[in-house]
Amino acid sequence: MIIFDAVTKRYPDGTVAVDSLDLEVPDGKTMVLVGPSGCGKTTSLRMINRLVEPSSGTILLNGTDIRQGNPALLRRGIGYVIQQTGLFPHRTVEDNVATVPVLNGWSRKKARDRARELLTLVGLDPGLARRYPHQLSGGQQQRVGVARALAADPPVLLMDEPFSAVDPVVRASLQDQLLALQAELRKTIVLVTHDIEEAIKVGDLVALFRPHGKLAQLAPPAELLASPADDYVAGFVGFDRGIRRLSFVSTGALELSAGPVLPADATVATARAAGAAWILVTEPGDGSPRGWLDTAKLAALPAGTPLAEVPAEGGGHSFTVGTDSLRAALDAAVLSPAGQAVGVGEDGRVAGVASFDQLRAAIRAAETERQQVEQRP
Amino acid sequence: MWSWIPQNGSLIWTLTWENAKLGVLPALYGLIISLPLGFVAARWRWVFPPMLGVVNVLYAVPSLALFIALIPAFGLTDTTVSIALTVFSLCVILPNVVAGLQGVPPAVKQAATAMGYGRIRRLVTVELPLAVPVIIAGLRIGVVSGISLASVGQLIGVSSLGYLFTDGLQRSFPTEIWVGLVLVVALALVCDLILIVVRRALTPWAAR
Repeated sequence: MIIFDAVTKRYPDGTVAVDSLDLEVPDGKTMVLVGPSGCGKTTSLRMINRLVEPSSGTILLNGTDIRQGNPALLRRGIGYVIQQTGLFPHRTVEDNVATVPVLNGWSRKKARDRARELLTLVGLDPGLARRYPHQLSGGQQQRVGVARALAADPPVLLMDEPFSAVDPVVRASLQDQLLALQAELRKTIVLVTHDIEEAIKVGDLVALFRPHGKLAQLAPPAELLASPADDYVAGFVGFDRGIRRLSFVSTGALELSAGPVLPADATVATARAAGAAWILVTEPGDGSPRGWLDTAKLAALPAGTPLAEVPAEGGGHSFTVGTDSLRAALDAAVLSPAGQAVGVGEDGRVAGVASFDQLRAAIRAAETERQQVEQRP
Repeated sequence: MWSWIPQNGSLIWTLTWENAKLGVLPALYGLIISLPLGFVAARWRWVFPPMLGVVNVLYAVPSLALFIALIPAFGLTDTTVSIALTVFSLCVILPNVVAGLQGVPPAVKQAATAMGYGRIRRLVTVELPLAVPVIIAGLRIGVVSGISLASVGQLIGVSSLGYLFTDGLQRSFPTEIWVGLVLVVALALVCDLILIVVRRALTPWAAR
């Protein structure tokens, strides 16, 4: 547990970076500090490992004031990951990862063995162990940075814009990796970002800062999206927060229609008989979605033509019922030419389709349930 | 007239060796002195401008004048030349030590501190190795100019390839002067190549 108690950082020129911050980071949770440039989020983070010393107030780590004791020893118990990676260019990947174990007095051999374990843990090929940092891609370097921070198995991990310098695809995969690691390791993580999407994706708790180091709202991501404390928070979270909030709602309770769904070996006659504007055609074998068929275009075709020979419109993606969120389902419906989201099971077989009306009903139900939960004492 | 060369083989060899010692050792002394001064200047940045000022003024003193100034204390000896050349090499190496240390990326220094390095350990095991390419660039200039300046030591009677210039001039014998010139340049090139090899060996991590 990390506790900020009335922590202020004032620079000699009078600038206040952090203004009387009170914050508790529970053990095993990811706390994301988010806000615009100059809001004091990075300063707050750096005060935890004493890279910056507070002007007043106290920071407690597991009940102990961090100002007691040697800062170097404190830091060896706190993993640190930064945007520019800060990898040592003159050391191989394995020696970079082995840094803190070696500082703690491990033998080089033991530390390197540990480093290779960690490379695997963060999804890197241990064959990269002997490379130098500049020989790796940006995404790989960032993974090495995470491995290095975890090497001595510190209970606390500080991450300063860890994924901001990589492209969106790599960023998404690094975020997924962090979530997977966290599910396994249960570290106490403080992560700084300016990206509210990232905050909502990886945070158990989000602390949104105003400029000059004031806390605007501290809440779990779903609550931040559902009930922003004021206009500043609502503005920072963005106008599409209503849709983004659906990321936290499961499609498990979404009502699906059975059809009209026909396999590709059915005929045009069967499709006409179904009497719907759009028909979802599936692969005859595995039942996966093949595409949407506009029945108005079937008029000129012979009745016996199999549907496989009629061009179907693809359009977007399907969603996995129960696994994907309502946001994914809504997106699938928006992209579908028929205006219906195709739900598939874990096996990829079409489970049914959801119209906008059905999606709206599910959204309403989730909203009602949320309000009931909030009103419960 | 080219037969002069084989006839004087041992003299030429001795002079080359003397010149090499007189050129290279002061550069190494200069490096040894530059490192602690560089650490101080990189740590307390305000120290560097006055330090650089002193060093530059020393560098502006003509080599012969500096030799002569040192003669009362150290006589017409190797020591006089070595001290003067050490001062000159300091002038080219020290700025490179400081530049090399200051050129270490701030993110690397910050990460090292955040990993739990103490100040000295960070300096020796992270910053110094990363400054090596820039420091060796300075050392190369120091060694090459040291080798060429060492020949000037001949003017105060200290043995070096400079002997071939003065002797050749007195005897109006151009072959001897040419041999001296070629050997000074060749010696400088060889030492420079050695330093390039040393740098590559010390920095296997550098992108090429």
